[in-house]
Amino acid sequence: MKSLFEGLIGWIDARFPLMQLWNDHLAKYYAPKNFNFWYFFGSLALLVLVIQIITGIFLTMHYKPDAELAFASLEYIRRDVPLGWLIQYMHSTGASFFFIVVYLHMFRGIMYGSFKAPRELIWLLGMFLYMTLMAEAFMGYLLPWGNMSYWGAQVIVNLFSTIPWVGPDIAIWLRGDFAISDATLTRFFALHVSAIPLALLALVALHIMALHEVGSNNPDGIEIKEHKDADGKPLDGVPFHPYYTVKDIWGSVAFLFLFALVVFFAPEMGGYFLEPDNFTPANPLLTPEHIVPVWYFTPFYSVLRAIPDPQFGALAMLLSILVLFFLPWIDRNPVRSVRYRSLLYKINLGVFVVTFAALGYLGFNPPTPLYSELALRFSEWYFLFFIALWFFSRPRRNMERLLTLVVVLGLISLYDVVRVEPGHGMLVFLGWLMPAVFVAVMVFGSGIEKLGRDLPVPDRLTE
Amino acid sequence: MKRALFLSVLCLGSAGPAFAAVGAELPGYQVVVDLTNRASLQRGAKYFVNYCMGCHSLQYSRYSRIGEDLGLDMQMVADNLIFNGRRVSERMEISMSQDDAERWFGAKPPDLSMLARQKGATYIYQYLMTFYIDEDRPWGVNNWRFPFTTMPHVLWREQGLQRAEWEEVDNGNGSKPVITGLTLETPGLKTPEEYEQLVVDLTSFLVYVSEPARLTRESVGTWVLLFLLILGGFAYFLKREYWKDVH
Repeated sequence: MKSLFEGLIGWIDARFPLMQLWNDHLAKYYAPKNFNFWYFFGSLALLVLVIQIITGIFLTMHYKPDAELAFASLEYIRRDVPLGWLIQYMHSTGASFFFIVVYLHMFRGIMYGSFKAPRELIWLLGMFLYMTLMAEAFMGYLLPWGNMSYWGAQVIVNLFSTIPWVGPDIAIWLRGDFAISDATLTRFFALHVSAIPLALLALVALHIMALHEVGSNNPDGIEIKEHKDADGKPLDGVPFHPYYTVKDIWGSVAFLFLFALVVFFAPEMGGYFLEPDNFTPANPLLTPEHIVPVWYFTPFYSVLRAIPDPQFGALAMLLSILVLFFLPWIDRNPVRSVRYRSLLYKINLGVFVVTFAALGYLGFNPPTPLYSELALRFSEWYFLFFIALWFFSRPRRNMERLLTLVVVLGLISLYDVVRVEPGHGMLVFLGWLMPAVFVAVMVFGSGIEKLGRDLPVPDRLTE
Repeated sequence: MKRALFLSVLCLGSAGPAFAAVGAELPGYQVVVDLTNRASLQRGAKYFVNYCMGCHSLQYSRYSRIGEDLGLDMQMVADNLIFNGRRVSERMEISMSQDDAERWFGAKPPDLSMLARQKGATYIYQYLMTFYIDEDRPWGVNNWRFPFTTMPHVLWREQGLQRAEWEEVDNGNGSKPVITGLTLETPGLKTPEEYEQLVVDLTSFLVYVSEPARLTRESVGTWVLLFLLILGGFAYFLKREYWKDVH
């Protein structure tokens, strides 16, 4: 006799592909058995999304999207709503943790070549997710209507006014007013709680569907589908459920532990997650001493400030994000994983991590002459990372080496000659050494066997 | 177009020194805030309603919440903290009109419910400790932490009056007088130690009132972490059990 449960499943299956979905995405979805630490962040991003949606729904019940009431309503959530402080801190901490998780998730993809064929669409959908998340975070940041909310939004919306011809009109259209105002607050609220979360959910579904179509990459960067047993199951794969569900539960609890540490013991995170200037209401007449975006935008903010001309600065910032979209077509090297890439590639990747962190640090601090120069040089390193990736796509002839060196260093030097001011020559020259040394090492190093040669990729997973 | 570009340049660069009218940190004055010291918070509440609340509101806080958090029953709150006939469930607003305040002091006395989160405990402590005599100022006093403050030294009878010691310091572009320290010229009703305790109490109270949840947040958090630790143990061994047969 069939049990009641089996009967129910059978009843649903006759009407809806329940077991098929379960098998396709969990029980019979074979994932490589060698996932390491870096493979927690996909499921963790989903966990944070759920946290944000649930806490967000409760915040919406008490928040007032009105320039007169918004700041006070948030304060009443923290003070008068039972456990309101917990919900609010979970949401604000969740925003920062979302970016921590997503940055680690993206770095994983870069490090193990997960963006390469046949996974280009997963990467592209992921990049759209990332940009949507940036919009979500930016609009959410205005809602507390604190002074940093106000001036941060002012700065970012003004970026759109640097677009030639139509820019100022676009900025007014976005704000709904000539300055950030109640009209801006209400539309940002509408977008933050409905339109963008819907887009996020749709993109997450597409991202996962695309992933499950081609299967997961792994730290070795080897296709497990090329070695199957008699039943057609990958020899180096394990069913996602129960193996990775139990593993991700363990990862999620470990993550929640760190999350709770911040939520309960340091919700302001020393001013990085909740900025001191945001504990005073928006005031159009009082500019904060230093307008800084929240930490997760500061690397790009550094690129923006690295070029004094606002139009070119905004363009450089836009490019620094857009270039990530094209990663699958920039890095054409057939070897996926960092494990089997050349020493130079590893150096390039390491420098990129340092660069991203340095840009983040510089974006958080006021632009002194030294810091501005460093921001420019690290911005150059940022773009040189991608040029080096392209350069390492295949073995290069001497002519290509020479041409790359001349063109890249020529352009950088030309810009330096144009911008150098009397009295700053030494600073500019010392700064120039940063890209110069980098390009020289990458270009000449690629000719040296020990530095430039990729390693043989094994046939099967190594662990 | 020009205007928009100008605006964005204005916003992209540093905001400029015109708004940076706040003084520097004073390393010689440090405060330790202990929110577990309930007596100190109660005294802080008393000092606040007596000395500060003539001009400064705590508009996001309610009398009753302070009573609950600091262990005072509502009758005590009504008798000792409320002087303007409000009910304990009401928010701690003031009776002085904003227009009058601006006419009398040149600036509206700000609401202080969020001050500690915005400026930090050290700022409040240093501000209240470093009023000094300055005959050129409308109220006869100036402040070392916040130069040219428009607030009178409300606590002068408690602290007494301090005089600043000046020294010419060459900062590279010519010399400039700089304060090196403050000495008590006219003693107040309290000894310097008693006055410092008063300021510590007030500072602690303002830290508490800027985030009342802080009194419980960390103890709740400890339980949450403990729970996650145990759950994590189970999750880890469950994972290990399942993965035994792989590899």
